[in-house]
Amino acid sequence: MSKKDIIICRCEDISLADVEECLEAGYTTVEDIKRILRVGMGPCQGQTCSHLIQAEIAKYLHVSKDSVKFQKTRPLITGVVLADIAAAALEGEEDD
Amino acid sequence: MIEKDLVVIGGGPAGLSACKVALDAGMKVAVFERSFLLGGQLVKQTHKFFGSESQYARTRGIDIAKILIDELDNTDLEVFLNATVVGLYKDNVITVYQDNKYFKVKAKAIIIATGASEKFLAFENNDLPGIYGAGAVQTLMNIHGVLPGKEVVMVGSGNIGLIVSYQLIQAGVKVKALIEAAGKIGGYQVHASKLRRLGVDIITNTTVKRAVGDGKIEKIVTVKLDDSWNEIEGSEQEISCDALCISVGLSPMHMLLSMAEANMTYVGELGGLVPIKSCDYETSLAHVYACGDVTGIEEASSAMVEGKIAGLMAAKHAGFIHPDYEALENELNNQLCVLRQGPCGEKIRCGLKKVGEVYD
Repeated sequence: MSKKDIIICRCEDISLADVEECLEAGYTTVEDIKRILRVGMGPCQGQTCSHLIQAEIAKYLHVSKDSVKFQKTRPLITGVVLADIAAAALEGEEDD
Repeated sequence: MIEKDLVVIGGGPAGLSACKVALDAGMKVAVFERSFLLGGQLVKQTHKFFGSESQYARTRGIDIAKILIDELDNTDLEVFLNATVVGLYKDNVITVYQDNKYFKVKAKAIIIATGASEKFLAFENNDLPGIYGAGAVQTLMNIHGVLPGKEVVMVGSGNIGLIVSYQLIQAGVKVKALIEAAGKIGGYQVHASKLRRLGVDIITNTTVKRAVGDGKIEKIVTVKLDDSWNEIEGSEQEISCDALCISVGLSPMHMLLSMAEANMTYVGELGGLVPIKSCDYETSLAHVYACGDVTGIEEASSAMVEGKIAGLMAAKHAGFIHPDYEALENELNNQLCVLRQGPCGEKIRCGLKKVGEVYD
């Protein structure tokens, strides 16, 4: 079985082999793995891969899936073009 | 900044039902829907619903969506389509992204009815073209009129897997097999029996090990699982197909609530991270309510009832008392009890108990 061909995060193209490498290096929280691999940082913001990563961590640590902490969600929940945020901010200044 | 009495996030069965009750209570309401049309998942549900008359039993999902939308003909309602709510902040302000415009909206109360998204499976070559979620297949077939393939294998025997298999057959697609990792079928027997009568092979204790194909899916390799979910060596089998449809459950769209740091908890039976809410459906954030699948995966019937309760309560706490408040409150709570009783409601009752809602 090629773990490189098992895709865990479709947005950032991260495989199970990548995730297992992280776990073996001692990074065993969703937050750690996110910082190293960028899992959960694409368009879906972890809605799809978080569950799979949670399951891999649970398996690796021999704990229940419920006890593995989810990733922190930060605004915004999907991609927004910076120029559009800037345009809204400038419009707001004109109103004031 | 746009200001409203109530903002409803999500225009599916829960959100639309919440709008109706809140409008009847006299609120000025705005509903924000990410899609180009209202109705949520109902718009692709061509099958007739179960349940009781009060949740439109024997009516097709797509027709229920029409009924819910028609009931909202009210000048106090503003509908925002193609509008994604991208931020929720503690002072009851949301940020919205619609057609490349980013703007803020403030409300006395906010109802989160964002629904759920599909879970995915980890197996070899799970990124080959031709591998879909069951919801995506329904969208392709029933909204856009596009077939996903000619020969499909379905993974997962929950009601969605069973119903979408049937809809594939109705559309002229061959369902080669339906495989299920557990030892028994997850959805209603009546749906499974219908598939069996049409000659669909339902294979339990089995999962997909690998997809095979050059540039697109051509076949899958399945493997048997033992009682502890371990693969049984040597039990691999091949099934040829040009599409694989994955229906392994849904997960609540918790992101807005999580970002605003509402009190959340992970409950497997409810599909993932869900908010802890009061009996008035208020989350730990003042004046922010939640209903429907975002509070735990269930049927659209219960989402509609929950939506009405959330609308009723959000209105009440903002000073808008519905003309039939008391009768409605009793009636809706009774409906939920009925929907959640019996063996089919066991999983949801067990999940809800973990967030403090007891139905036993």
